[in-house]
Order: sequence, then C-alpha cells, then structure tokens
Amino acid sequence: MAQYTFRRFITALATVFGAMVLLFIMIQFMPGNPATILLGPRASPEIIANFEEKMGLNQPIYVQFGKFMFNVFQGDLGKDILTHRPVRELVLNALPYTIVLAFTGMGVAAIIGIPLGAFAAAYRDSLLDKITGVISVSFITMPSFVKAIVLLLVFAVILKWFPATGGGEPGNILDQLYHLILPMAAIAIGWIGYIARLTRAVVLDELTEDYVRTARAKGVSERMTLYKHALRSAMVPVVSFIGVGFGTLLGGTVLTEVVFNRPGIGTLIYNAVKARNFPVAEGGLIIAVFLYAFVNMMADLSHGFIDPRMRTE
Amino acid sequence: MNIFKKLFKSYKSGMLRRILSSFSGTLGLVLIALIIIIAIFAPQLAPHNPTKIDVTNRLAGPTAKHPFGTDHLGRDLLSRLIFGSRIALLVSLPAIGLGVIVGIMLGTIAGYSGGTLDNVLLFIFDTVRAFPPLLLAITIITLTGGANLLVLIIVLGITRFPGYGRLVRAQSAQVSKREFVMASEAAGSTTARTLFKHIFPNSIGPVFINAAMDIPVIITFAAALSFLGLGVPPPIPGWGRILRSGYSYIRTSPWMVTFSAIFLVMATLGFTFLGEALRDALDPKLKKSPQLQ
Repeated sequence: MAQYTFRRFITALATVFGAMVLLFIMIQFMPGNPATILLGPRASPEIIANFEEKMGLNQPIYVQFGKFMFNVFQGDLGKDILTHRPVRELVLNALPYTIVLAFTGMGVAAIIGIPLGAFAAAYRDSLLDKITGVISVSFITMPSFVKAIVLLLVFAVILKWFPATGGGEPGNILDQLYHLILPMAAIAIGWIGYIARLTRAVVLDELTEDYVRTARAKGVSERMTLYKHALRSAMVPVVSFIGVGFGTLLGGTVLTEVVFNRPGIGTLIYNAVKARNFPVAEGGLIIAVFLYAFVNMMADLSHGFIDPRMRTE
Repeated sequence: MNIFKKLFKSYKSGMLRRILSSFSGTLGLVLIALIIIIAIFAPQLAPHNPTKIDVTNRLAGPTAKHPFGTDHLGRDLLSRLIFGSRIALLVSLPAIGLGVIVGIMLGTIAGYSGGTLDNVLLFIFDTVRAFPPLLLAITIITLTGGANLLVLIIVLGITRFPGYGRLVRAQSAQVSKREFVMASEAAGSTTARTLFKHIFPNSIGPVFINAAMDIPVIITFAAALSFLGLGVPPPIPGWGRILRSGYSYIRTSPWMVTFSAIFLVMATLGFTFLGEALRDALDPKLKKSPQLQ
C-alpha cells in the first residue's frame, strides 16, 4: 500500500507539473503581446518596455518558465493587475466557499441518495422504484446551471424564501448557511440521482450473492439482510464513486457559483477572465488544477485502500 | 413482399428493436428525431426571423404572434430556440467527432507501440485531463481571444480526446497481444497495415458507446460556455446565450429562462436516453454502471 501511495503521489505531481507546462505554453501562444493586451492598445512604447522589464517578459523563455514554476511552488501567484493585491490572497479567500459548497452538496446527496437507492432496490419494480428511476435520470441529465437557474427562479424570485445571490456576510455563520442552501441544493440534486441509481444497481447485485442466501436461510429478517449485509458491502463501490465524483463536481461548482454570484474559485476565475485580468485567472486555474489532482489522487487511494485489486494497475 | 420480410427480419434482430424495446430508449429516439427535424427545417418552422430586432416589443410575454414571447431586443423567442437547435448539433457532433478521431489515432498508436511513445502519449492524456474540462475550455477560449464555431468545436474536442485515447489505448494494447496480430506481423505486414487492418477495427467499439453517451455532456458544455459569454458570438441564437439573457431578466420575464431550459433539457435528456439504450443494446455487460459527466 505504501508503495502504491508513493507511486500515485508521484503520478499526481507529474500531472500537475504537466498541467503547469501546458498552462505556460498556452499563455506563450496567446495571440498578441501580453503587454499590449494588459496595458491596452494605446500604451506608448516606453510604457510597454518598462512593463516587459518589470514582468520579466524580455527574458528568454526558459528563464521565464523557471521563474514561473519557482514562484508557483513558493506559493507566489503574482499580483492582481487591477487592485495590486497578491493573487494568493484572493484565491485563499475564495477557496473555502468552493470547498464548503462541494462538500455539503455531495454530503447531502449521499445522505439522501443512498437510502433512496436501497429502498428502490428493496422494493424493486414498485411505484417508488420507478418514480426514483425517472426522477434520477431527469435530474442527472439536466445541466447543473439549468438546475441552479430553476431553483433561483422558483425559490428566490417567485417564492422569495432564499436570497438570490452572494455568499453571505463574512463572519456571520447563519447568514452564510442561509446563502449556501440554494447553491448546495443545485449541486446535490443531480448527485442524489447518480448515487441512488448506483446504490440500487449494486444492492440488487449483492442480493443475488451467496452470503445473502445464507443469511436468509438462517432466518435473518429481510430488513436485516438488506441493511446489515447487502447495503454494507454495496457501500464499497458507492464510496469510491463519490470520491471520483468530487473531481467532476469541482467543475460543476464553477457554473453554480456564477449563477448565484457566490464568491468562490469559479466566480473568481470567471470574473478575472471577463476583465482580462490574467494573473488572477492563472492563479485560480493553478489552484483548481492542484485541487483537482489532489481530489483524484485521494479517490484513487481510497479505491486502492478498499479494493486491493486496484493497486496493481 | 420479400422486401418487407427482409426489413422485418433486420428490425427483429437489429439495434432499432432493442432500442425501442425500452420506454426510455423510445422516448430518447423520439426526442432526438424531433430535435433533428426542428434543426433541419428551422427556416420553415420558425414563425419569425430569429435575429430581427423589434425594440418596441421587447420582453413581451407569450402571445398568439409570439407563442414564447420575445427577448430583451424584441426578437421572437420561439424562432431563436428553433434555430438554436442547429447550433447545438453543429457544435456538439463535430466536437465529439474530432475528439473521437484524435483519441482513436493517438490511443491506437500508444497501445500498439508501448514503451516510451506510449508513456509520452499517456502523459499528454493525463496532463490535459488534469484540468477540470470546463475551466480548460474557458482558458483556451480566453487566450485565443474569443470563440467562434470553429474554436468552440476544437476546444470541446480537446476536452474529450484524452478520455477516448485512454480507452482505445487499453483496448489496442490488449488486441496487440492477440494471435492474429502476431500472425500479421510474422507474415511481413507493414506497421501501418497491422494498425489499420487489425488493431484499429478491433479496439474502437467501446469508444463509440462512450461518444454517444458524451453528446449530452458536450451540448451542456457548449451551452454552459455560451451562458458564460464564451460560446458562439451574437447574434447567432445559441441556447446557452438565450438562457443567459433570460437569466439577466429573470425577475421581469421568467418565461425566457423557462422555455430555453425546456429546449436544452429536452436535448440532453433525449441524447442521454438514446445513448443509454444504445449502450445496453450494444454491450449489455455495461448496463449497471452509471455514467459520470
């Protein structure tokens, strides 16, 4: 296991490194001169030269790349070109909003989805099972930002039960929770569907196993067989599925954040891109890549931890 | 008579019957057929010119003349949504096609060659996959200075090819070890011939199932990018863009988001149902595993 963990960690590092290289290349190939893009078309040659000198844009590419990597691994993500605040500060302020949204969304989805899937399996082909099936697929296929907009329309605009936008007053936990409910619901709804469907499929599979027949033959009640035996072993794939899902979820939070104007990483990157504030966009992206790689690594490790066969691949 | 018998026979043993045997498969097929018909006959079906501006009649509610109302520039919403189906198909299908072609090519080469080339290609796949796909698309579009149809197709293709590439690589690595490949090599075939004649046809099956399941994902992506203002440029009526304007006027004219969301969901739901039915028909073994977007 230790060897597997180490190998997986090296792979994650290599991927992050590759992603940094790719990002650097993409920035290099950006059409036009970064200085004129940042300073505007009417900047005089002296201002441009001065800017290039300051940003190190006149140095050879490998020097620029070395500096870029060195700074990133030092935690220096550059400065916001509009406010001159360090990008690291902006990113660290935004990060908790995204993490809280992703974790609570997935948590709620698991709490509702797993029992729902177990029920659907226990009462297979019943009305409940069919309704769960249709609703899960509909919610899964509905694009995340459409779900967000529909929730916004119904609960914030028409019913006015929840606030429409923002992340809540900083420091006021209750207000922040109040602002979290709608975006969290927008994320959870689709995952309830995924998790319910997967749980149903796995539990149904488990119910055909020999140990279930043994339990039944011993006279264990149907309920105990389902919850104590089948559901328990069904948890293995469900949990690893949730782990893998986090990576996908991070992408989905971007749009949800933008719809609810929630100050997370997604909104940060989106606003920076719109304002052509490249250092902020770049910093946000780097953090997103790190987070993504980390989450995927943790998912793979938990996979390997739960199911030893995974370690050899 | 003979022809009918033949048709019936091919139907009985064929894919279509298997797709139509499930309710969701039938629903998916109907929805997709509907969208394709709407896209093809958009000029005949749309009651108005989708880009004709009429500011005196902006944000009007549904009426007999404008069944879905008008948008913030007084354009007929129904006509815009009808033409939007063209954009959805015109972006998603070529993007998937591009991803599949590049993925198959690189994946086959990686799986067959093994060794260093294999590792390099795998590293490329994993590097691209290290970016959350939507963020990667946002970055590339911003850096290339805004999107048009072509950029959008390429960008969406880029987010997909590593997945297909990995899939094909796994398949072709397996196939390369089979006897008929060795036989072909022993018989003195060129590498190209072995690749195209033997490895290629035997390793691309799963990719097509995956690609079919990816269509709704790509439609969603394209709409999401348009929603963020990074998709097809105005005045082209893309669903995501219409949804965006609806979002801006959600308080005063909620029907704009409602109708555009219905169109978008119809397409994603239809393609998902169809994709799942197709997968079950082609490979029943995969039936139980749900798909991640």
